[in-house]
Amino acid sequence: MTLKGKAHKYGSNINTDEIIPARYLNTSDAAELAKHCMEDLDRDFMKKMKKGDFIVAESNFGCGSSREHAPISIKAAGVSAVIAKSFARIFFRNAINIGLPILECAEAVKKIKSGDAIEVNLATGAIKNITRSETYQAQAFPEFMQQIIAKGGLLEYIKTR
Amino acid sequence: MPQTISEKILAAHAGKKAVRPGEFIEPKVDLALGNDVTAPLAIKEFRQVGAKKVFDRKKVALVMDHFTPNKDINSAEQVKFVREFAHGQKIVNYFEGSNVGVEHALLPEKGLVLPGDLVIGADSHTCTYGALGAFATGVGSTDLAAAMITGRLWIKVPATIKFVYKGKLQKWVGGKDLILYTIGRIGVDGALYQSMEFTGPVIEKLPMPDRFTMANMAIEAGGKNGIIAPDKITSDYVSKRAARKYKFYSSDIGAEYADVIEIDCSKITPQVSLPFLPSNAKAVTDLGSIAIDQVVIGSCTNGRIEDLRLAARLLKGKKANPRVRLLIIPATPLIYTQMVKEGLIDIFLAAGAIVSPPTCGPCLGGHMGILAAGERCVATTNRNFVGRMGHVKSEVYLASPAVAAASAVKGRIAHPEELK
Repeated sequence: MTLKGKAHKYGSNINTDEIIPARYLNTSDAAELAKHCMEDLDRDFMKKMKKGDFIVAESNFGCGSSREHAPISIKAAGVSAVIAKSFARIFFRNAINIGLPILECAEAVKKIKSGDAIEVNLATGAIKNITRSETYQAQAFPEFMQQIIAKGGLLEYIKTR
Repeated sequence: MPQTISEKILAAHAGKKAVRPGEFIEPKVDLALGNDVTAPLAIKEFRQVGAKKVFDRKKVALVMDHFTPNKDINSAEQVKFVREFAHGQKIVNYFEGSNVGVEHALLPEKGLVLPGDLVIGADSHTCTYGALGAFATGVGSTDLAAAMITGRLWIKVPATIKFVYKGKLQKWVGGKDLILYTIGRIGVDGALYQSMEFTGPVIEKLPMPDRFTMANMAIEAGGKNGIIAPDKITSDYVSKRAARKYKFYSSDIGAEYADVIEIDCSKITPQVSLPFLPSNAKAVTDLGSIAIDQVVIGSCTNGRIEDLRLAARLLKGKKANPRVRLLIIPATPLIYTQMVKEGLIDIFLAAGAIVSPPTCGPCLGGHMGILAAGERCVATTNRNFVGRMGHVKSEVYLASPAVAAASAVKGRIAHPEELK
């Protein structure tokens, strides 16, 4: 599957309070959560992002709380994938479990600038920077996680067993 | 093959003799926890896949602590949704209203999490129970849904970093200062995907509440779990609370560690983590004058009776600075009762404090003490991210109950010695 969109670049340690503040956690409605995606980090995020765009961030993306509302709001906002140098561990699990594509690739993060046109092949982990005519290779997921991803999430994976 | 305590607990729950870091396993869980923020999502997913019954109604705990007493219609609806599920499933350990306390103080107090357990919780501070010698880790709502159905968790066995705490603890220095200092040293992703094992002569003498505080904040260094080998201090705590059997595990001599970090505690003085990361730890004495508007003493990190006693000792006969709102939040109903019995509440009220019912409330910017733009708060909580306790332009300074109490009186960040 190929994903296409523009990059929105952020720094290190983007935490779940910035991705979806707790004042909105009195609901678990995905569309409602999407309205406030990244609100405390970048008030204009939902205005400037277009469906299919990518979030690109430095290390430890999604640190802090276990709220699955964070990857849910990103997914429901229409972000096609998050590319980071590394992810906080609970965010990482949650993204795999709910089927939000995430990619770990230090080189991509180093070279991609905000606004670059990006194309990602999820099957191979190839990240193409169309603006700069470069290609970066994301780390492959371990086989166990690939099985969950292939089923479209943890609960579907459990169901088939 | 020598193993760490975390590896042994994971292996035992996966039905294996041994596990190695990097290995994927699907161990059985002894308890799966959810709260009023995370359980509604898990229940929705539970139903969406057509699940009918939880794997074991005694091994699921649902604690409605985050927005209690329910702050608005939506949060009341969320609790109602979970309550109906809990009643329908005959969940034994469902807590709300007058029974509810902050989950990570409540479950150990009730003896529901025990040494040797594998506990998962859809709350990042689930790692608190590692203080009892359990393997406890925070997960998301989908993980909770899966565990409620299958009784299992998927997990990559973490490598372990061993922390050795040596030297003599200075006056006013406790578990909170040790963990803030540690996170300051290794960074908010210093233990990413890894287990943090707290050891050494200082830990061996450290009281149970301080151990809870340390394990509680393992997640703030990115850790999968924080763990302390159980001993006499642990058994004194659990033996009177446990309603089932438990097991003490310990790391083998020769177990492999990703890193060993020695910390000389003699050099550590009371710490404060400045905005906006828990790793911005500094000695109070290096800070200069930082005026504050609010103090919060409570949370799963520092809302235990010992924390309140420490605060009361400092506040006795004193008044909070008139420009500071001082909030005291006992973490559980039992702690609240004890606070009243011991007369601590009189000291707090005389000092001008607001005494809140048990709740996570302000810690996550939920309710009961939200900050306006430009306001500063010293809190005994665990996170000081942008907007954590309110407006994006407000600030949270993390500290021990002793520093928080001293700061409330002085109206600025203060060292406990300054109250003399």
